[in-house]
Amino acid sequence: MGVLAQAFALVFDPYVLWVILASAAFGLFVGAVPGLTATMATALLVPVTFFMPPVPAIASIVTATAMAIFAGDIPSCLLRMPGTPASAAYTDEAYALTKKGEGELALGAGLVFSVIGGLFGTAVLIAAAPALAEVALKFSSFEYFWLVVLGLFSAVFLAHANPLKGIVSLLFGLLVSAIGLDNPAGFPRFTFGNAELAGGFTLIPIMIGMFAVSEIIRNIGSIDEPWEMAQTKIGNVFRGMWTLTKRYPIQALRGSVLGTAIGALPGAGADIAAWMSYAMSKRFSKEPEKFGTGHIEGIIEAGASNNSALAGAWIPALVFGIPGDSITAIVIGVLYIKGLNPGPTIFMNNAASIYAIFLVFILANLLMLPLGIAAIKCAKQMLRAPREVLMPVILLFCVVGSFAINNSIFGVVLMLAFGLVAYVMEENGFPVAPAILGMVLGAMLEENFISSMIKADGRIFAFFERPIAGSLGILALAVVSVPLLRRLYRAAR
Amino acid sequence: MPGQKFGPAWFPGLIAIGLAICGALLVRAGLREHAPLFAMPQWMQRQRPRRAVAMVLAGLVAYILLADALGFHITGVLILAVWMRALGASWRVTALVAVVATVVIHFAFYRVLRVPLPWGVLERWAF
Repeated sequence: MGVLAQAFALVFDPYVLWVILASAAFGLFVGAVPGLTATMATALLVPVTFFMPPVPAIASIVTATAMAIFAGDIPSCLLRMPGTPASAAYTDEAYALTKKGEGELALGAGLVFSVIGGLFGTAVLIAAAPALAEVALKFSSFEYFWLVVLGLFSAVFLAHANPLKGIVSLLFGLLVSAIGLDNPAGFPRFTFGNAELAGGFTLIPIMIGMFAVSEIIRNIGSIDEPWEMAQTKIGNVFRGMWTLTKRYPIQALRGSVLGTAIGALPGAGADIAAWMSYAMSKRFSKEPEKFGTGHIEGIIEAGASNNSALAGAWIPALVFGIPGDSITAIVIGVLYIKGLNPGPTIFMNNAASIYAIFLVFILANLLMLPLGIAAIKCAKQMLRAPREVLMPVILLFCVVGSFAINNSIFGVVLMLAFGLVAYVMEENGFPVAPAILGMVLGAMLEENFISSMIKADGRIFAFFERPIAGSLGILALAVVSVPLLRRLYRAAR
Repeated sequence: MPGQKFGPAWFPGLIAIGLAICGALLVRAGLREHAPLFAMPQWMQRQRPRRAVAMVLAGLVAYILLADALGFHITGVLILAVWMRALGASWRVTALVAVVATVVIHFAFYRVLRVPLPWGVLERWAF
């Protein structure tokens, strides 16, 4: 009980509560403005959280992302533009509802089922993470090697239409992670005698580049396309919510379950969870013909799904140090900086901080109700924020943030270079998430492989000799071979 | 590394092999579809976005080259002004926001977070 009391004291501290409120407002704004994403909010927050104690630092990211994923629904209803990619799956549906004069219902459902999904994901996180950690305590380098491989493979093969481009993206990320002295042999690689390169790349400026700068370039490319706002009256957004909950309880639950699972799967986050839940909702619906014409059912399921995915992604991030989505890929770096090294022992060494983070998850999702209503009420003002002012200011903020991590201009160089790379990649259909995962996990992959190889004296079969390692290995190989075999089977018919 | 089977070259070597195979497969897929060698994004054909993106990139490069010499404050105001004008903000808004945003970032990062933003030519008036 002592730990829980400590956790409460950590969270219900005026400074932490102030940080949570400010991050909530920031998250709602970033989420509501199309072109600014939840991942970008995280990347922008990191330089600021750099200077905070651990709990408020993590709390600000948790709160801002939860709010941003909900707020992404707002411009879907009003502009037919998703505020974040996680709302893209049902943007047309939400806009169709607004056109029918039911914008209030769409916004209300977005809010209420975001909260339900978020709380569900949080409950699973709180229950599953410590239990998994118990098991993970017995893991050796063999298990960790397969876990990393499983994560990397599922990022490439389960989440994207074109696995080949996913692999290229992943290999690029791994290559970046190989730069510098930080490898099992301690041998400088790809440094060209340069001291900045010998230390390896700092990931945070890279992430600011890949998630914020690339997005700004894309935004500016469409700067001469005006936003047209749908006219709709918004009164009480809670009207009709109880009826919806009674009519679609299965949909809300199914969305939350699938969302949490997709979130926990490395490489796939809230956006993919929303697409899959929307498709599932249509498939199992009694009225699939209504989908696309302004039908609330899919919004309920996918809206719950994307918020539950956020919490689900923290499960592998906390227990194994393997990020479940792009947001936790950034978070893992913050955890290390704050001395909250992810891994199964985090629940013993930093129990109070971890329970404090769990409390923040609950608090953030509950706060979403009142703050979400406020955001919906002032949506029109937020969406009128002039892009020609907003984008330059954010960009200067990115520059200073990239500089601040190491107090070095090299950070800004990295930010610009990787911002361009990410922009070109996405324009050509190469997903960015596997590259990020490769950068974050590259060192862990190599280290566990080399130490396993040394332990096994070079015998490959040793990787399958321990029961859990063997099962994980077979699972990882199945993730690769099943889609390939299915494709071959289809081609043969 | 002598005496060690799996040295530092092993991991990058594997990556290189993987990239080579994927590259070859992508080229084959591209040839099959008769895809164009190079395609420009849509906004490249329109003048305002093209100039705006060029200005953004030029501004970032300028910051990297000039920040140490000119200092954060002058460079910050200048590139903000260039960016906002390129995106179509009025002169009044540009002047106001460029100065206010730079001052706010100065206080947030230099004062509160203690990031040593360079002063450059303003060194002797540093506060």
